[in-house]
Amino acid sequence: MKKLPMLAFLVVLASVASAAWGDSAPTAPILIGADKISAGDTAWMLTSTALVLMMSIPGLALFYGGMVRKKNVLATLMQTFAIVCIVTILWWLVGYSWAFTPGSKFLGGFSRALFGGMTFMHDPVNQLSVSHLALTIPETVYAMFQLTFAIITPALIAGAFADRMKFSAMLVFMGAWSLLVYAPIAHMVWEPSGWLNAAGILDYAGGTVVHINAGMAGLASCIVLGKRLGYPRERMPPHNLTLTLIGASLLWVGWFGFNAGSAGAADGRAGMAMLVTQMATAAAALSWMFAEWAAKGKPSVLGIASGAVAGLVAITPASGFVGPTPAVVIGLAAGVICFAAATSLKHLLGYDDSLDAFGVHGIGGMIGALLTGVFFSKEISGVDNTVMKQFLIQLQGVAVTVIYGFVASFILLKIIDMTIGLRVTEEQEREGLDISLHGESIE
Amino acid sequence: MKLITAIIKPFKLDEVRAAVSDVGVHGLTVTEVRGFGRQRGHTEIYRGAEYVVEFVPKTKIEIAVDDGLVDLVIEAIIRSAKTGKVGDGKIFVFDLEQVVRIRTGERDSSAI
Repeated sequence: MKKLPMLAFLVVLASVASAAWGDSAPTAPILIGADKISAGDTAWMLTSTALVLMMSIPGLALFYGGMVRKKNVLATLMQTFAIVCIVTILWWLVGYSWAFTPGSKFLGGFSRALFGGMTFMHDPVNQLSVSHLALTIPETVYAMFQLTFAIITPALIAGAFADRMKFSAMLVFMGAWSLLVYAPIAHMVWEPSGWLNAAGILDYAGGTVVHINAGMAGLASCIVLGKRLGYPRERMPPHNLTLTLIGASLLWVGWFGFNAGSAGAADGRAGMAMLVTQMATAAAALSWMFAEWAAKGKPSVLGIASGAVAGLVAITPASGFVGPTPAVVIGLAAGVICFAAATSLKHLLGYDDSLDAFGVHGIGGMIGALLTGVFFSKEISGVDNTVMKQFLIQLQGVAVTVIYGFVASFILLKIIDMTIGLRVTEEQEREGLDISLHGESIE
Repeated sequence: MKLITAIIKPFKLDEVRAAVSDVGVHGLTVTEVRGFGRQRGHTEIYRGAEYVVEFVPKTKIEIAVDDGLVDLVIEAIIRSAKTGKVGDGKIFVFDLEQVVRIRTGERDSSAI
């Protein structure tokens, strides 16, 4: 008899829970019982998080570090490393909250500022918070996973302004950019209250949020900063392509966490995302290599590595929505088009995108985001739109990111330039940033 | 005494060393150098940016010899360093005033 009220309570609780789960999915982070967490999903997402951080350090740092001149190697590595640290602190401060909690159509709220409310309580309560965007893994893991995306995105921009930005200006720009450009775009595209998300945009792992966004910021950077001293007259060959190839390889491996991890689960979709990532990357590496071989006479190490990165970029938005054959097509297109962008478009238009952040990430991101609207599979994505309708939604998302990413970055850079100054002195640039900014060298 | 200086292709160094040893040379000095001649440079292309590398890596060897050995050494270098293509290098011969072995203070021929 004594057990009856308890039983009734449990029945009520269960019906409330089933209402929460079945009829209306949660629209904000919630507390749930620890037994609702999937060990498999959590294990994979912990792994993915580590893989994506590895993409930035040391992956991207080496990829870029090998491409600059010897006098700027440490400064380039330092940029990536410092971005990892500063974005982490900002993510805790308010970045995560602005990106991934419900709020307006354009920006999330403050409910997770300082990671408030993100919790785990062990026995006997045995509850923890989960994000409404990933209900089977702890919110701590979700926030960490998304943090690694928030880190690599500004780090990509550094390729455009390599060799000439003040370190102090870089810190301010990256911090401001992370909160004022990355967080809003991530919210608009990925959080259900964001308007592009509501419009039905397909961006599995960040074609718009990460790559177009970073590419446009890169383009704005190299326009505001101007060309490197001596460009294009002086020789500026990469000082160590071995580092670049190691970096590209780490990016490739890490990208399995980026794309397959964006499933938020260890499931069939994650498997498909991993497979198509491999297909597109190989196809793009080959298509850049062959395009270069035909146009310039030799298949280069930098070429095949750049092609692989272009393929990884282009498959990013498509990876949870397409099958392997479209992935090969996306890869082939990305390799050839990004090759043309990095080798011809840049020289034609005359901007100095030092390491082709725009040519590879901006252009590759656009190719991927648009082709996602052409090649998405109904079976894999569960999306039932016509190709024309979806393509227009994709086009809208691309246009918004291109415009917002460029304009907001441009304004931020101009403000920094007018206040603390953006560019190193001519003397510092000649001497090299390693010695002039950091007092160190690799000699 | 003469000082024979030869600029050769770097990968020919071992063959040249063996050839001059065979004709009686007991020591030589090697330096990695860069320069240009008729071979000119080569072009490197990085993402479409072309750079002409005007100075080609070469190896410089220096050998001090008695007058009687000069022609033999020159022939040995030619025999071993020649590929027949542009860029095989050059040999320069200078008069040598003095040679001193630091350890013993010996001079000239006995110091070579």
